[in-house]
Amino acid sequence: MTDGDLTAAAAGPASANVLEVSDLHVEISTRRGVVRAVDGVSLQVPRGEAVGLVGESGSGKSMTLRAILGVLPPEAKITAGQIRLDGVDLVPLPGSALNRIRGPKLSMIFQEPMSALNPVMRVGWQIAEGPRVHLGYSRSKAAELAVELMRRVGIPDAERRFKAYPHEFSGGMRQRVMIAIALSCDPEIILCDEPTTALDVTIQDQILRLLARLCRDSGVSLIFVTHDLPVVAQLCQQVAVMYAGELVERGAVHDVLLDPRHPYTLGLVRSAPDVEHVRDSLVPIPGSPPSLVHPPSGCRFHPRCPFVEEDCRVQPTPLRQLPGGRSTACLHYERVVESVEAERIVP
Amino acid sequence: MTGAPSGVASAGAISDAGTGPLLSVSGMSVSFAVGSRLAARIKHEQRMLRAIDGVDLDLRRGEALALVGESGSGKSTFALALAGLRPADRGQITFDGRVLPSRRSKSDQRRIQVVFQDPYSSLNPRLTVGGMLRELIRVHHVVPAGEADAYCAQLLTLVGLGEDAMRAYPRQFSGGQRQRVAIARALVLRPEVLIADEPVSALDVSVQATILNLLAELRAELGLTLLLISHNLAVVRHLCDRVAVMYLGRIVEVAPVGQLFSDPRHPYTKGLLAAIPRLTANPAEEAEGGPAVAGDMPSALRIPVGCRFRTRCPIAQELCERADPQLLAEPGNSGHQAACHFAFGSPAPAASANGSVQPY
Repeated sequence: MTDGDLTAAAAGPASANVLEVSDLHVEISTRRGVVRAVDGVSLQVPRGEAVGLVGESGSGKSMTLRAILGVLPPEAKITAGQIRLDGVDLVPLPGSALNRIRGPKLSMIFQEPMSALNPVMRVGWQIAEGPRVHLGYSRSKAAELAVELMRRVGIPDAERRFKAYPHEFSGGMRQRVMIAIALSCDPEIILCDEPTTALDVTIQDQILRLLARLCRDSGVSLIFVTHDLPVVAQLCQQVAVMYAGELVERGAVHDVLLDPRHPYTLGLVRSAPDVEHVRDSLVPIPGSPPSLVHPPSGCRFHPRCPFVEEDCRVQPTPLRQLPGGRSTACLHYERVVESVEAERIVP
Repeated sequence: MTGAPSGVASAGAISDAGTGPLLSVSGMSVSFAVGSRLAARIKHEQRMLRAIDGVDLDLRRGEALALVGESGSGKSTFALALAGLRPADRGQITFDGRVLPSRRSKSDQRRIQVVFQDPYSSLNPRLTVGGMLRELIRVHHVVPAGEADAYCAQLLTLVGLGEDAMRAYPRQFSGGQRQRVAIARALVLRPEVLIADEPVSALDVSVQATILNLLAELRAELGLTLLLISHNLAVVRHLCDRVAVMYLGRIVEVAPVGQLFSDPRHPYTKGLLAAIPRLTANPAEEAEGGPAVAGDMPSALRIPVGCRFRTRCPIAQELCERADPQLLAEPGNSGHQAACHFAFGSPAPAASANGSVQPY
């Protein structure tokens, strides 16, 4: 192991979680002020499980992923918190140390494979690059591995397609190439940033099944960022819901999506058309997400919340534990429970 | 302004005489020339991409019809051809009992309007909303020049924007508001048919609901006939009365929305439905099962011989390679049609009997 020194340095207790993010803060300086894009997010990712991270655009979900991977834009920085991968905190590590972790331990799949792949490099060599750099594979051994990976992610005729360029692939096949690249150094966790949003529903189904199978068979963990709740249900065991830079609810997928404990989660579920449950009319979440330069006081969701009460406007709302291994940030989640009881989300 | 007669303004009135479809498309084909034109001239052979390949479809007065399919199936090309924004090579469009000529008059153009997918690129960034609407009013003489502002204000209120929106530029709006502007722009000409091409797929989840609700309200309020193009079957189920499923430039199944979801007959439709992510799904089962539809859609440059879905079809047989299935109605149920040899019991007799083998 090339990173044996890092693992040895980990003094933390052994845990079933591959990744533990605690109290992460990311700030972005803009001309209009400091945007608190991620504000106290804590996440645990168990080994071999997929954790969904959902929210609207601008909720900070992609920023959280970028912070974990250590690829924040130059104007953004981590101001507090820890990101422990196998017990090692990544936040204070210099770039050179991060480079030894990205690939063998941590990798990422992006939303738009065409802009993430190198257009003038044969896909086979793009897949082989990681093993050559990180694992010291020879050219021929890395090429063999690349063909093997292409087969594993379901690219037909792998030997021949090794020499193809990204433009010769369909959208679904490109995303399979991205997955092969992400898998190439046998990472412990793969960060997925809306990897199926640009794909057709049939191809999305193929990719989700592939990821679910990888999770089960090779024990790799996933963080899956999306705004599409049913996609999370299809793939993930755990889900965290993000709003305006904060986590508002967290728990097992079926608990959170079918029986939410936060009005924002309930709003997301009720505003999306569902094939299994046709409603007379959709219930949009009123208003729009707040500015993160001056976020609302108290609960950040209070200006849009149908259940708002006086204390919501002033009292801070950290995530708190509920029975059954789930948590919510809502002060009055009983109101949400009543509303869910009144209209079952899925009958 | 131009002093032209403003009599066209009353054209919104619909003649209720016919009980037939409001709009009827028959045998429509649209192809694109691909590759080098010069090489094509030298070789006397132009490669053609058949985006729409013989489509028959009726749009009934006041209904909401959905057109679904994967990207590249020809949905958007069909919408453009229907709106007269792209010429069709073959086929004809009958509107209200009259065949539309290939070059449409202004009053024909007015009757079919489109809302496009991306409200960021489909609005002119250098025109205010008022400017955009007034231009259309002037060109098409929708209302007399003096009433234009009042009419615009009324329209903007209808789509849920304030009168203030008149003086604003598109960049000042959020995605959802822009889509409202695009809807107002489509409605300003008092169309009878509104084509919405993926109207919510560029929008955030919480905003999608407001636009979908708006489309449903407008349809009820204005008696619009709606053609919704979407890849999201959940949206379709929520908003539409009938669904047409498109695959590689052909309609492969048409049915009332309830029937399509409860009793799909074409294997492609079955696959599309199975591929929809569901809130009640179980990841463990996902890892076990095979994909809902295997493989990718073939290129429209190389459409398979016989049934065009057979390369991905789980029940394909030798017959499917030989004969191109026609879109046929279920016996005793003319509302449900499918283009599969095995859609309504084993091999649809009509397909092979009347020699409809079409070797491409």
